[in-house]
Amino acid sequence: MVTLTIDGEQVTVAEGTTIMDAAKQVSIRIPSLCYLQGLIPHGACGVCVVEVEGERTITRSCVRPVQQGMKVHTNTPTLRNIREMLVELLLSNHPAECFVCERGETCELKDLASTLGVKDIRFDTKPPKFEVDDSSVSIVRNPNKCVLCGRCIRVCSGIQTVEAIDFVNRGDTLIVGPGADKGLGESNCVNCGQCIHVCPVAAITEKSCINEVWDAIDNAEKHVVVQEAPAVRVALGEELGLPPGTLVAGKMHTALRKLGFDTVFDTNFAADLTIIEEGNELVKRVKEGGTLPMITSCCPGWIKFMEEFYPDLIPNVSTCKSPQQMFGALAKTYFAGAANIDPSRIVSVSVMPCTAKKYEAQRPEMCSSGYRDVDYVLTTREIARMIREAGINFAELPDKPAESLMGAYSGAATIFGTTGGVMEAAIRSAYKIITGEELEKIDIMPVRGMSGVKIATVEIGGLKVKVAVAHGLGNARPILDEIRAGKSPYHFIEIMACPGGCVGGGGQPIGFDMAIRSLRGETLYSEDKFSTVRKSHENPSIKKIYEDYLAEPLGEKSHHLLHTKYTPQDNVSKLKNILANLKSR
Amino acid sequence: MTTSVLAGDIKGFESKDQKLKLYNKLQEIIDGHRNAVGAPIRIMQLTQEYCGYLPLPVLEVISKELDISFSQLYSILSFYHFFTTVPKGKYVIQVCKGTACYVKGGQKILDSLHKEFNLAPGGITADGKFSLDMVRCLGCCGLSPVMAVGDDVYRKVKPGQIKDILTGYK
Ligand code: SF4
Ligand code: SF4
Ligand code: SF4
Ligand code: FES
Repeated sequence: MVTLTIDGEQVTVAEGTTIMDAAKQVSIRIPSLCYLQGLIPHGACGVCVVEVEGERTITRSCVRPVQQGMKVHTNTPTLRNIREMLVELLLSNHPAECFVCERGETCELKDLASTLGVKDIRFDTKPPKFEVDDSSVSIVRNPNKCVLCGRCIRVCSGIQTVEAIDFVNRGDTLIVGPGADKGLGESNCVNCGQCIHVCPVAAITEKSCINEVWDAIDNAEKHVVVQEAPAVRVALGEELGLPPGTLVAGKMHTALRKLGFDTVFDTNFAADLTIIEEGNELVKRVKEGGTLPMITSCCPGWIKFMEEFYPDLIPNVSTCKSPQQMFGALAKTYFAGAANIDPSRIVSVSVMPCTAKKYEAQRPEMCSSGYRDVDYVLTTREIARMIREAGINFAELPDKPAESLMGAYSGAATIFGTTGGVMEAAIRSAYKIITGEELEKIDIMPVRGMSGVKIATVEIGGLKVKVAVAHGLGNARPILDEIRAGKSPYHFIEIMACPGGCVGGGGQPIGFDMAIRSLRGETLYSEDKFSTVRKSHENPSIKKIYEDYLAEPLGEKSHHLLHTKYTPQDNVSKLKNILANLKSR
Repeated sequence: MTTSVLAGDIKGFESKDQKLKLYNKLQEIIDGHRNAVGAPIRIMQLTQEYCGYLPLPVLEVISKELDISFSQLYSILSFYHFFTTVPKGKYVIQVCKGTACYVKGGQKILDSLHKEFNLAPGGITADGKFSLDMVRCLGCCGLSPVMAVGDDVYRKVKPGQIKDILTGYK
């Protein structure tokens, strides 16, 4: 332990603690910009400077470890001047567009300027000079707003191990990007959107399709169908001013009807369907000696990651589409038939916690209904913006369920939204498929919670089924490397790209705080706990769709509408494809 | 590795034979230095020596072989003025835009190169003979404005002389 004084107060902390963290213990929040809890500090911005008695120069408190007997001052005229000057310099380089900026109240630069009492900018402001990168279908990068804090680089490499972006060039042409004039859409970015959460400003945002959705709603010719992912119902309230973790499933359905969507369904229905298909696929692989371990496929961020970095594991990945895409394919077939609407008139919209779903919906193969299965994907933040634009007082709305045909859901479906949820839901139904009996203790506690990797062994009909759950792509790598080395002990693995699972998706309310993500997850578990139906195979609408339309799990219709295949996207595979095409011509 | 180098479109290495030689050379450079301290820099330096510049398909190969992401490799490359991803001319022209040269008419040299040879900073002439770099100081401010062609330095250059100077290079 090390004892030091900060602004006259004595504090004792563990060796290696930074001055910034030590200061928190004496109720001092040192201003900062490039620092973010959960990321390795980088010391880029200089806003967190402090003075240490006896030292000639000021020092950056986010990277400076404490020393025995140190006397630190965090609030002196020199420091206030320096901080103010630094922020003024940043502002002089930043477009003054706060009125029309989508970050609104969540902008840390604006917050910092007002916290530090910056009243005017003594330097000439510069006009924007960089091109906006909108090459990605999920994410837009605007280097003109970037403050070069490097947080996005650190989340992309340190947490996600994708390394899609880095600092490029130097001096006044320094930007963050994939390099070589490539856009994000041409890079190995997996569209997880975690960089949006850590960006202090609006330099990274989702690619919005609010206007297209309004157009569809306003077009009387079109029948607009909407689905909402599990994790949206525990975050939309938060985005609209309710406490984090508030469950707003019923208000959400009501709000969507008020916005003018013609039919309000729920992705949770498709989550139950996924469990039936995926559970049967797993059982088939186990019984018939198929490729094991099987890995879940509901997360398009993980899927792109796999195609980029682990294309050799394609046989391990379940062929099931994600719930979003299963829903989309059925909206323009099953629902179109049941409601007697020409599928060409149906516009299929989804509301997702996720930026990668925008990419997934646009993948070329995702049109098994004969049309684009999902036309537009809105994030939680975008639907909240629409609700605000429409002047709806969300907090006062009554609770209404979704339309039952493709909207009724079990508790198992709702926990899909948090890490471990798919695994738990699958175990509940796989038990029934294998043994013909119902699982009694359906709360699978070892796969819950926020540790990066969770493992469990579940006994199903005499078979010891070994499972693993990973969230955050960096956490998935060791498990994947094990499979690659032929040493994996598991039967079934769940992988979600975002830390926390979809509750922490790239489209959720801005923030990188795992405590809040965990709170959202807890709410999903309590919705499950209080549901009357808690297993996917007991959802009456699921029974109905197999009776009326799909006939059987893994059957011909399912194969066509609900399953998919994957394409290696790493450079070597891409070039091999090019060569093969050339030769075959 | 063969596939990516051979499939890529690489200026200056269009024929199969050239590509094969490039492939062998690249293999040799990478294998010789992959464990060296600062391997990416050393390997890019030697590759640029051989190719005259760093073609993108070659960078993809280096990134793959060294197991370093493309963005990180490019980040290193773009930090150093020395590295270039576009081919350089047979003769590299350097025009100084440091304070002294700028005051004495460095910009006029640039204008005239642009007008008469369609050559802009960072660019290359259609015949591949000359490329142009803008520099901050050539270290002889007393002689400004200064222009260098390859290893030759020309002092107190007037825009009218440029054509004559360049026709001397074959
Ligand atoms: S979306 Fe994810 S993969 Fe893409 S740049 Fe951001 S953090 Fe990296
Ligand atoms: S894009 Fe955002 S997170 Fe990334 S360096 Fe710029 S300001 Fe920081
Ligand atoms: S974890 Fe969920 S929110 Fe994140 S990329 Fe995957 S599907 Fe999207
Ligand atoms: S917060 Fe410490 S240097 Fe940026």
